[in-house]
Amino acid sequence: MNRQAAFWIIALLALVALPFVHRDPYHLHVLVLILIWSFAYTSWSIMGRFGLVSLGHGGFMGIGAYVTALLWNHLGVSPWIGIPLSMATAGVLALVVAYPCFRFRITGHYFVLVTLALSGIVLQVITATRDYTGGSLGYTPQRAPSGKWLFALQFDDKITWYLIALAVWVAGLVIWRAIDRSMIRHAMEAISEDEDAAAAAGVNVTAEKLKITLISALMTALAGALYCQYQMFISPDTVSGIAVSLQMVFAAIVGGVYVALGPTVGAVITIVLAEVLRISFGTKAVGWDNLVYGVLLVLFIIFLPKGILGSVIDRIKSPRKPSRGHEQQTVPIARR
Amino acid sequence: MLELRSIDAGYGSFQVLFDVSLDVKAGEAVGVIGPNGAGKTTLMRVISGLIRPIRGAIAMQGTDVVATPAHRIVSLGIAHVPENRRLFPRLTVADNLKMGAYMPGARAHYAERLEFVFELFPRMKERRHQMAGTMSGGEQQMCAIGRALMSNPKLLLLDEPSAGLAPVVVQQVFELVRRIRSSGLTVLIVEQNVQQVLRVVDRAYLLEAGSIRAAGTAAELAASDTIKQAYLGV
Amino acid sequence: MQSFLNIFDIYLLEAVINGILLGGVLALLALGLNLIFGVIDVTWICYAELVMIGMYGMYYLVQVFHLPYWAAAPLVILLVALLGAALHFLVIAPLLTAPPINQLLATGGVLFILQSFATVAFGIDFRNLGIRLPVLALGEMNFSYARLLSFGAALVGMVGVYLFLTRTFTGTAIRAIAQDRQIMPLMGVDPKRIYLVTSAIGGGLAGLAACLLVLQYDVHPFVGLSFGPITFLICVLGGLGNFIGGFIAAFVFAEIISLGGLFSDLEWGYVLAFAFFIIMMFIRPAGLLARRS
Repeated sequence: MNRQAAFWIIALLALVALPFVHRDPYHLHVLVLILIWSFAYTSWSIMGRFGLVSLGHGGFMGIGAYVTALLWNHLGVSPWIGIPLSMATAGVLALVVAYPCFRFRITGHYFVLVTLALSGIVLQVITATRDYTGGSLGYTPQRAPSGKWLFALQFDDKITWYLIALAVWVAGLVIWRAIDRSMIRHAMEAISEDEDAAAAAGVNVTAEKLKITLISALMTALAGALYCQYQMFISPDTVSGIAVSLQMVFAAIVGGVYVALGPTVGAVITIVLAEVLRISFGTKAVGWDNLVYGVLLVLFIIFLPKGILGSVIDRIKSPRKPSRGHEQQTVPIARR
Repeated sequence: MLELRSIDAGYGSFQVLFDVSLDVKAGEAVGVIGPNGAGKTTLMRVISGLIRPIRGAIAMQGTDVVATPAHRIVSLGIAHVPENRRLFPRLTVADNLKMGAYMPGARAHYAERLEFVFELFPRMKERRHQMAGTMSGGEQQMCAIGRALMSNPKLLLLDEPSAGLAPVVVQQVFELVRRIRSSGLTVLIVEQNVQQVLRVVDRAYLLEAGSIRAAGTAAELAASDTIKQAYLGV
Repeated sequence: MQSFLNIFDIYLLEAVINGILLGGVLALLALGLNLIFGVIDVTWICYAELVMIGMYGMYYLVQVFHLPYWAAAPLVILLVALLGAALHFLVIAPLLTAPPINQLLATGGVLFILQSFATVAFGIDFRNLGIRLPVLALGEMNFSYARLLSFGAALVGMVGVYLFLTRTFTGTAIRAIAQDRQIMPLMGVDPKRIYLVTSAIGGGLAGLAACLLVLQYDVHPFVGLSFGPITFLICVLGGLGNFIGGFIAAFVFAEIISLGGLFSDLEWGYVLAFAFFIIMMFIRPAGLLARRS
């Protein structure tokens, strides 16, 4: 146990030290993207692992990004206040949509479709309010007046961003671990197994589901806000909508949805893949990355529903067991 | 007509039937009796292909049933009236009967078969536009038998036709079975209502805990002490 | 004041009627999704993307190969029907025993594939048929023939499906399989074949919708996103697999979008529809829960 803790501390220190040793700005840029998206994918998996498959997270991410940027540009509200406000907005929206869903036992297909519509609607709103948001052309937060970079949460320095993203990513894993060790996990597992039985055993099904959804939505909005502050440019397609939601599902499934580092592995794979395609095909790559994602997503669901990391860990833990039929039955993401 | 040889069958790793062999000759009515959970329904499902045997052979007029895809077995002339009737509750009676004539060979004779079934069950003709799920239990049983007859079968498998019906209706159902028999159809019937079924069939098998324990003519079985004590309550 | 009210009334009436016309196409899409869900128990979340491919099909046949509209339409319906059958055969069939959510997410992968395929193959430019149908002036109200034609064709399509489902053996089997899957072999029905036929019909309905929508809207790779979500809301509100519920919900949503669009942009009509949907979930959950999964 101690040895394990030591390993993680050393790994973390190595990650903190990395930008001071290796200063290649492009590599750092890719790493920051990986960390921010890893955090977003982890946020999705926090509820996805319990069979609460949401395709509305593109909406939460878009709210995080746009509310923060709009408050800064139009009202001069510092992102230090804007980010919590954007998270609160996403949280309220999550509760408004999720409460009736959970209260009236809307599960499975229905839940997916409702959340899918949610992310579609957020995209529509961003496009419709083009006078404020720039519509589908995208939106740029205004540059901070000189000397107010901390107030505006804008840093030119890649190392600073790397450290911020790293801290947030670690925080995401800590939240994952906290949930993993809490009563919520047991309650949620019972619920995903059999909702009626869980309710009969005294689990407040609606409340537990709402808690986990709220945590997940808040984290996703934070990821969106960070992405906006880092990239200094957002467009409806990159931070909201169904495609972004599906991208989260894809990364989580490719990496493995019930291992803490699974979504991170998914982020590494998807972003490296996108970058490789971008570099080798240039502007012709538009569309190709999603085409590859789509094909891989289908292939993974058919042949490796536990994801890469999940399957590898399974193989290590019980090298003899894995038979495909059995695996598929025990995938929680996949439970009805 | 139908031969079962050393059939082992079950669900997953849970074996229900052990080395069951059984014959039905053309024109016969054969009963399978036994307590709840003996494997009677499983036996019917194995014959009609809903589940596949682990071991053993089934032949229908010389054709290997085990090697035939489930949805083609009805074309061999085997029609199965399943336990609890299993009508399509939100389809009309006419549509339920239509489903019975789905296979290509039966579609060509759809009209004449429908007439035959309506003649046998005038009640079905009256109710043909009614949703099957809204009829009484006895009527549903008629509809289920009618649906099976739509495929013009040679062998009719009846699984617990009297289950869940009022005593008067049970009488009617067995009367029906007698009429179907006399029309020249071969019948294999599974029942818990031993007293009634032994009056209808020529021969019967006693199935207990997944194995055939006794076989003989209806009169022999009705006279046997074990059956008298255990099933006839005499 | 009086004249203002008159004009307002006429706009209102026009919007109401346009809503009904829009409802026809939405009902067609809802029918396709409900059919597939009812029979195969799977939701194609890439359904609107099949429509998008069909719209490109129409664009190419009409604009590039110079086929007349009426000759291109059946070809496109057939093409999308084949696409639907292929989707079932390649993606859903291998996952039939997998948990339903996995099937649904796999169709999400197909959504990615179709969108990016369109981006790669056709580019992101907006394209249209270049057919401008005249406008019908009725008193002071104007209705485009494109919408009237769409409405009529959508109704014909739905009646056609209805007749197929009620009059034919295969159609009856499609309705029956939704009620009792296990005993279908006893009827001599091969469920695999029924699934394939149903998928082809679902695809064909998407193809028909494509032929109609391309008369009114430009096609681009992401056009599916503008009516996909609304179709899902319709199906959920009407009850997945419930044909009549979907039909009614389609017209209710179409009215909301059309009337909402009267006061503001079309996008706000969608937002209004979503808000309405959430409110409906609170006040009429029973309608929603008619057929839970």
